[in-house]
Amino acid sequence: MSSERVDGSSRVDGYGRLDRSRTLRFTFDGQPYTGHPGDTIASALLANGVVVLGSSVKLGRSRGISASWTEDATGLIQIEEPFPEPMLLASAVELVDGMVVRGLNGQGRLAEVPDAARYDRRHHHVDTLVVGAGPAGLRAALAAARRGERVALIDDRPEAGGSLTGSETIDGRSSRHFVASVLADLAEYPDVLHLQRTTAFGHYDDGFVLALERRTDHLPATEAGNRSRQRVHRIRAQRVVVATGAHERPIVFADNDRPGIMLAASARDFLHRYGVLVGREVVLFTSHDGAYDTARDLAAAGASVTVVEARPQGPALEGVRAIPGARVIPGARVISTLADQEHQDGRIGAAVVIDAEGHEFFVNCDALLLSGGWNPTAHLFSHVRGALAYDSQLGAFKPAQSVPGTEVVGAAAGEGIQPGLVIWRVPGPRERQFVDVQRDSTVADIARAVGAGLRSVEHVKRYTTIGTAHDQGKTSGMIAAGITAELMNRPIEELGTTTFRPPYVPVAFAALAGRERGELFDPARKTALHEWHVKAGAVFEDVGQWKRARHYPKPGEDMEAAVLRECAAVRTGVGILDGSTLGKIDVQGPDAPALLDLMYTNMMSSLKVGSVRYGVMCGVDGMVIDDGTVVRLAEDRYMVITTTGGAAKILDWMEEWVQTEWPHLKVKLASVTEQWAVFPVVGPRSREVIGEVFGDLDVSNEAFGFMTWRDTELGGVPVRLARISFSGELAYEVNVNAWYAEAVWLKLLEAGAKHNITPYGTETMHVLRAEKGYPIIGQDTDGTVTPQDLGMGWAVSKKKPDFVGKRSFARAENQNPLRKQLVGLLPTDESTKLPEGSQIVEFAADGVLPAPPVPMLGHVTSSYRSAALGRPFALALLKGGRERIGDVVHVPVGEQLVAAQITSAVLVDPEGARRDG
Amino acid sequence: MQLIHCPWCGPREEVEFHYGGQAHIAYPEYPSALSDESWAHYVFFRDNTKGEFAERWSHSSGCRRWFNAVRDTRTYTFLKTYKIGEVAQ
Repeated sequence: MSSERVDGSSRVDGYGRLDRSRTLRFTFDGQPYTGHPGDTIASALLANGVVVLGSSVKLGRSRGISASWTEDATGLIQIEEPFPEPMLLASAVELVDGMVVRGLNGQGRLAEVPDAARYDRRHHHVDTLVVGAGPAGLRAALAAARRGERVALIDDRPEAGGSLTGSETIDGRSSRHFVASVLADLAEYPDVLHLQRTTAFGHYDDGFVLALERRTDHLPATEAGNRSRQRVHRIRAQRVVVATGAHERPIVFADNDRPGIMLAASARDFLHRYGVLVGREVVLFTSHDGAYDTARDLAAAGASVTVVEARPQGPALEGVRAIPGARVIPGARVISTLADQEHQDGRIGAAVVIDAEGHEFFVNCDALLLSGGWNPTAHLFSHVRGALAYDSQLGAFKPAQSVPGTEVVGAAAGEGIQPGLVIWRVPGPRERQFVDVQRDSTVADIARAVGAGLRSVEHVKRYTTIGTAHDQGKTSGMIAAGITAELMNRPIEELGTTTFRPPYVPVAFAALAGRERGELFDPARKTALHEWHVKAGAVFEDVGQWKRARHYPKPGEDMEAAVLRECAAVRTGVGILDGSTLGKIDVQGPDAPALLDLMYTNMMSSLKVGSVRYGVMCGVDGMVIDDGTVVRLAEDRYMVITTTGGAAKILDWMEEWVQTEWPHLKVKLASVTEQWAVFPVVGPRSREVIGEVFGDLDVSNEAFGFMTWRDTELGGVPVRLARISFSGELAYEVNVNAWYAEAVWLKLLEAGAKHNITPYGTETMHVLRAEKGYPIIGQDTDGTVTPQDLGMGWAVSKKKPDFVGKRSFARAENQNPLRKQLVGLLPTDESTKLPEGSQIVEFAADGVLPAPPVPMLGHVTSSYRSAALGRPFALALLKGGRERIGDVVHVPVGEQLVAAQITSAVLVDPEGARRDG
Repeated sequence: MQLIHCPWCGPREEVEFHYGGQAHIAYPEYPSALSDESWAHYVFFRDNTKGEFAERWSHSSGCRRWFNAVRDTRTYTFLKTYKIGEVAQ
């Protein structure tokens, strides 16, 4: 039985690379403890005799530390201070002073306060990237540096050296000396980047590796400074050298999940790195010679060691047979464990061993160390679809074949791993034999999966959840495959293993997001007048990336009241809108008319210089993709105005045709959306306002007719005015260089003051256009709507031999009289505003929705309250709609059927009497 | 993240590019002369090749030029890229 320990009693003098002259304080589950710089939370807890950290997710069984680094399947903690973070591994978190740590009982808890730390990203381009600074990686990095290459060497642990403990000899000198001298050599090369605490977590095509650097967590708060907490390195390498070593493999037996059961080399690591002796009475269960290093070192540090050796003949190498302080029981197996009687917390108290003769006996222990062999850490090779093949000597999969640009060296390639007896599990009660200790998944779960007929390891993984925890099966994946093969009675070579996928270790979303959070998450586009809108109390809406003023509520107004007021002002007086977000494309070249004739359904080559024409653009399928006005500036120059949302898409669309189909056309396109500010001044009083501000210009209808434009100036600033109306009212669009936007806007407001000029937003714009039956592409259309469906057959040229979409109009389906067409809907109760998206069904005389299936006639696309009509109205796409004007249909709204009369889409000023004032 | 070799800019990361479907499907010279079926083939039908496939790509976040590529759809490997109007070598 383990002896009672006092704080620090597991530390062994003369071992470890800690700074024992300094003491760090921390708490675990409310109890104060101490450790030293260089400790992890795991080593500090073990040093203090804390063996049980928490309990398991499903079964509530005790869990402790089972490995000294990120392969640990069990030692999960929650950090509370300095910043709350869930589900970290005690073995991978470096201790700093003042930490508040809790054990995890099952699941972690996300922070409830915003993370104030900064995260960022850096790009690197190198000839050779070496992942892993163990002996193989150090040699590869130095060789590349000596060839004059640009090199990056990254390693996930706080210091280089990999699995080296310091007690080995390399090239005739101590391994620590070897590491130090290679690092010193590398430091001489200016083109070598060397990063520790940096984990390569994903390897992608063409030598692209993502790595996470932990930059400040190990530092005292006073030393972190202004540094980002974590940094994602995006490394593009001509050659990636995977030198990531190997993970030790446990062996499965009953009750193999107790705290105190640990990988053998991890116990050795705890001793040499942190000066922690994980047990005084140690049982080591192994089947290969490599584990005897642990037996020797722990015995030398004062532990009594019993080696339960699965091989009948014992260790193969002469040198490991006699270890002072250790006894070896050959041909034996650990078949189960017993809990420590004194602590009553589930930790290991004894191993139940069966020897070669079949005798069962207990061996008391406070640590049970396991080593069934080593699995090459081939994750980064596997990420780029490198094929793995089973090596029966190793009992593991290792890289086979080659992947261009990727090299695997050292233990990751299976080199230097001593073969032994491959053993996945010992016979015993399956439901107590844990395979994935974090997931509480057992051999019984695998047996159930196989019994259920699953034949692929990938399916078994998903059925049992083995390998899906934070460690992604670093220690459980291989044994799960081995046990599955055994249970299925199939060779493991044939069964294969599950695919390694990024990330290699858990990566916080905050790190991936980097600085692209909050305001920087997505760029916000603001018009030149944005600050004015803010001061005017505008409520904004997002239109793509643009922030647009939606309405300007006065005190006490909601959106509905504000919009009704703004609409009434435009229809009876004058309003002004910031329309600067409309897409604007400058089209220049002798073939500009020819291009626009091909892109638009209507004729643009016949448009006179000085005039403006509304145009519709379709895809080759004949469906409307955008609409807007086209301004002819010169014989060889047009300004194409697109919808706000369509600006980038339409420029791309036109470029695609110009570059790929009609490269012979002499025409160039450029976006000038940001260069021009546009203010429609709209309403019966607009002529007076424009006439006053631009006194040089004759603004009469005779001199400045509808759908024409004129250039003028204001205080030396060029201004272009256009008689374009999106509301049916008399309107002048004022176009000016965006730098002068506010000055011109203020002039217009000043001149309009006596007419009570009313700034209005996009919501009012939408109502006004809908009252006139002007569709919004993308709201009233959905990619299945032709110009004819919209009642815009008049905008489709009959004269042009061809344009994009023309041939599709002649397809049989486009002649179908039951196509959905744009119509108006007036709810007959004159009060219900139909929800946009509502379905339309036939009128049901009894007022009850018939039993399904109910034939759908169409849907409501736009719906508003109208100041001009004094009632709500809607636009809708309705089957054969134009033939049905006057009919009454039903619109289900919640449990109600709302009756609505079908009308023309044009509800206000159908004769067009208002546009000329 | 693959590198795609833009014929104008050289190798750039794939996020800078947009896919543009099968290459070398010319816009018919006289669409009105086509049957509904032939026209529908032009508008809607494309090959779904397993193996080498000629595609259009646009360097949309770079030089904004369209170009052609031959890609192996089994491995995603770009075998070659070439300018519009050129023939794959």
